Amino acid sequence: MTFRATPRETAGATVVDISGHITLGEGSAGLREMVRDLLTKGQKKIVLNLGDVSYIDSSGIGELVSGYTTVKNQGGELKLLHLTRKVHDLLQITKLFTVFDVHTDERVALSSFN
Amino acid sequence: MTQQSKRIEVTLETLLDSVGLAEEICLRIADAAGFDEDDCHKIGMSVREGVINACKYGNQMQREKKIYLSFDLTPRRIVIHILDQGPGFDLVDVPDPLAEENLLKTSGRGIFLMRAFMDEFAVRRGTAGGAELVMAKHFRANPNGDSGTRAAQTREE
Repeated sequence: MTFRATPRETAGATVVDISGHITLGEGSAGLREMVRDLLTKGQKKIVLNLGDVSYIDSSGIGELVSGYTTVKNQGGELKLLHLTRKVHDLLQITKLFTVFDVHTDERVALSSFN
Repeated sequence: MTQQSKRIEVTLETLLDSVGLAEEICLRIADAAGFDEDDCHKIGMSVREGVINACKYGNQMQREKKIYLSFDLTPRRIVIHILDQGPGFDLVDVPDPLAEENLLKTSGRGIFLMRAFMDEFAVRRGTAGGAELVMAKHFRANPNGDSGTRAAQTREE
């Protein structure tokens, strides 16, 4: 399923609406480029809306971790929004659910930035 | 192999395209065998991770090297073998991705996911070298005590 990432600016942060698969190849690379592009533009408050992400593999998980640490190392924050059950379960078993700041409400996610 | 078992063998090139192909073949087999959606997802993802492992770490993306994938379907379980032509590895040498120091690493979760999603998982050396991943998923027993799977039902008819 084709990966698509659409950024929108709101309340001083960028929400990226992502759909499709985040897997080895197109999806992982697309997410990496999106985060890199936002950081280049100075946008360091990022919410990844994963509500329409139907599938993620270990490469996709790695890319989420990479995005999280890259943004954090540049003084920003990356948060996750609207996890599907499968993505939620994957983050649970890999113990990453407690690493990421995960939200179910976009307004709450946006107001949680420092 | 018993008379009631079926075997499907696929030889793949070492290409990223082989990852999706292997997963698609696996999903069709698992679905036709009667696994539910959740189990199909787990089996498909395990094959995906196994073939990624074979491509990247086993065959080191050398296209001329092959990946041998097989599915043995019995009334009680599906057994999947993924054999590469790389140097092989031992499970004890694979870092634990849940360890504090590895939690933020960007790779190294494939083996962990296969072990989490399958009922049986082992790594052994192939007879001609390479690493052979062997994993199995059991059909969930129904209240009557038999597998209750579509494949088993078909064979009983």
